[in-house]
Amino acid sequence: MALLQIEGLKVAVAGKEILRGIDLELVPGQVHAIMGPNGSGKSTLAYAIAGREGYEVTGGRALLDGTDLLELEPEERARAGLFLAFQYPVEIAGVGGVTFLKTAYNALRKERGESELDAMQFLKLVRAKATALGVGDDMLKRAVNSGFSGGEKKRFEILQMALLEPRVAVLDETDSGLDIDALKVVAGGVNALRSPTRSMLVITHYQRLLDYIVPDVIHVMAAGRIVRSGGKELALELESTGYAAHAGAPA
Amino acid sequence: MAGVPRTQIPELDRAYKYGFVTEIDEDRAPPGLSEDIVRFISAKKGEPEWLTEWRLAAYRHWLKMTVPHWARVNYPPVDFQDITYYSAPKAGQGPKSLDEVDPQLLATYEKLGVPLHERAILAGVAVDAVFDSVSVATTYKARLEQDGIIFCSMSEAVKRCPDLVRRYLGSVVPPGDNFYAALNSAVFTDGSFVFIPKGVRCPMELSTYFRINAAKTGQFERTLIIAEAGAVVSYLEGCTAPKRDENQLHAAVVELIALDEAEIKYSTVQNWYPGDENGKGGIYNFVTKRGACRGRRSKIMWTQVETGSAITWKYPSCILEGEGSVGEFYSVAVTNHAQQADTGTKMIHIGRDTRSRIVSKGISAGRADNTYRGLVRVGTLADRARNHTQCDSLLIGDRCGAHTVPYIESKNASARIEHEATTSKIGEDQLFYCRQRGLKPEDAVALIVNGFCREVLQTLPMEFAVEAQKLLGVSLEGSVG
Repeated sequence: MALLQIEGLKVAVAGKEILRGIDLELVPGQVHAIMGPNGSGKSTLAYAIAGREGYEVTGGRALLDGTDLLELEPEERARAGLFLAFQYPVEIAGVGGVTFLKTAYNALRKERGESELDAMQFLKLVRAKATALGVGDDMLKRAVNSGFSGGEKKRFEILQMALLEPRVAVLDETDSGLDIDALKVVAGGVNALRSPTRSMLVITHYQRLLDYIVPDVIHVMAAGRIVRSGGKELALELESTGYAAHAGAPA
Repeated sequence: MAGVPRTQIPELDRAYKYGFVTEIDEDRAPPGLSEDIVRFISAKKGEPEWLTEWRLAAYRHWLKMTVPHWARVNYPPVDFQDITYYSAPKAGQGPKSLDEVDPQLLATYEKLGVPLHERAILAGVAVDAVFDSVSVATTYKARLEQDGIIFCSMSEAVKRCPDLVRRYLGSVVPPGDNFYAALNSAVFTDGSFVFIPKGVRCPMELSTYFRINAAKTGQFERTLIIAEAGAVVSYLEGCTAPKRDENQLHAAVVELIALDEAEIKYSTVQNWYPGDENGKGGIYNFVTKRGACRGRRSKIMWTQVETGSAITWKYPSCILEGEGSVGEFYSVAVTNHAQQADTGTKMIHIGRDTRSRIVSKGISAGRADNTYRGLVRVGTLADRARNHTQCDSLLIGDRCGAHTVPYIESKNASARIEHEATTSKIGEDQLFYCRQRGLKPEDAVALIVNGFCREVLQTLPMEFAVEAQKLLGVSLEGSVG
């Protein structure tokens, strides 16, 4: 059975239809990539699945292991195992990184009926995960995403993902704003989290990211629809031909 | 459901958990105010004649004064003849030890989380508990007396050390200072008195816990803290009241005096009943707090976390007389539903090389209005005086208001005064980010607000910082869905 199943999803923003019927099926362990030009609806798909206000679902379903995500509040979707790595991670002034991570982590533990970790236990855990992503103590002490460079923000996103161990992760343009070294670190972090029980949806504009996170399936999105799907070789083809051939193409 | 409007989500108002009433026999004065009532209060407390006269002078002055209207708060006129000015639990005046305290009262404080049995108290905090008009218990007195520290109720201080009281009472806030200070001077009932002798560093936190219980009763406490040269003390006050439909008046006066190199840190966690969501009931908190840095290099630091009261009108201030003295004011004021707060500080620079720092964090939700009003005044002799003011407002929702009214007056060209102000809204993007990580909206708001207030909360003693953080979360419940 699919871990993430999207059927005929239609989404409008401010009354304007952006997604015009999306179908996707990710079985456990699979990584799918969604590529497409700016404005094709890639980020709208990510936000709609995660339940952001203002993204009005006008049709279709989105199931996580059989649970209809669209019936749930955003935090309930997160607790059901959905994680969204943001394209633009949000700053929260005055809230220390560790405090933020611990609050989120313990909220999930509580949901699962597990005991919350105390400060020392948690610090040990977070340090182990952070080291692998090159996130130092200094960054953990600073306020969430405040004064972080683009690369630091993305590493902090992946650290959250490593900590929260979602069942389905949606990575929205995780490569944007990264130089090649930062890209390798982030991709390494993502690859380390690939698992037979987890599915990932990688949204990107550029083929470059897919050199480092190699997907099982690639979809091309244009004007709110998936216009083509194929194996990883599709990325290379797009690299040479561009999106122009697909823009505005009928489904 | 994603589409449900935020205001309909039902986590509302677990909020005010201190709203219970204690059934206890009270000794009450008839309602209303007159010279007879002033004499009655003074007689009840067995006061010396000079104090009775002092009260009467204040009362006569008050009669000529008018209610101040310059604050940005709205409320119907208060009928001062409808208030009871004295209400005390029966069973006599001033228990000699905890064993004599009515068990019902002890139980009340247990319920409030303020245990009065010394052995049960958090290590290192001495407590004075004031119930309506009288102090019911003061803990750790004997231990403090070993260091020459006097920590007792004001009534007791009048008897024990009348000279100190007479010398300092009204020396920082004169009886005719303002309408509510004059009223307080006439009818004040109890409050705490602290005296730290020369060179003594107070070995524990001192704390007073104020509780209004009786209906239609005002609380008018008077606190006086004196730190002699080189003395250091940290003092905390907490306050709660039952839920009642009528508004109750709380008009306190607090005076601090710091001599050479003395340091006084005064922290308040104010959680008076704020009224219901529609603005019915709640405490009118009209308080005058002022500290005088009389000595050289003395320091006074005010920290306040104001979450309660229907209306807060309060400007803890510092008069920086001593050369090189320092005044600091850290404030978090939260208003939700129909609450109104007009609060801030005054830093009066008189001596040379005086410094002051103001950090104010105002949070407004619901239909509430929150105003920061602050005065920085530098006198002609205050060479090289420095002030830094930082004033941040956070809005939750789009029906609340935040206002900043800074007054700056400088008569000395060498002074340096800086004022920074920001206003922000809790963004939909911040909330969504937190919720995507599994936090409920109210937990997300609490987290964001605590981050916003961190600079101020850090100045509170540890246990109270934790308490204050929780309180902020609870006060803002229901502000977002």
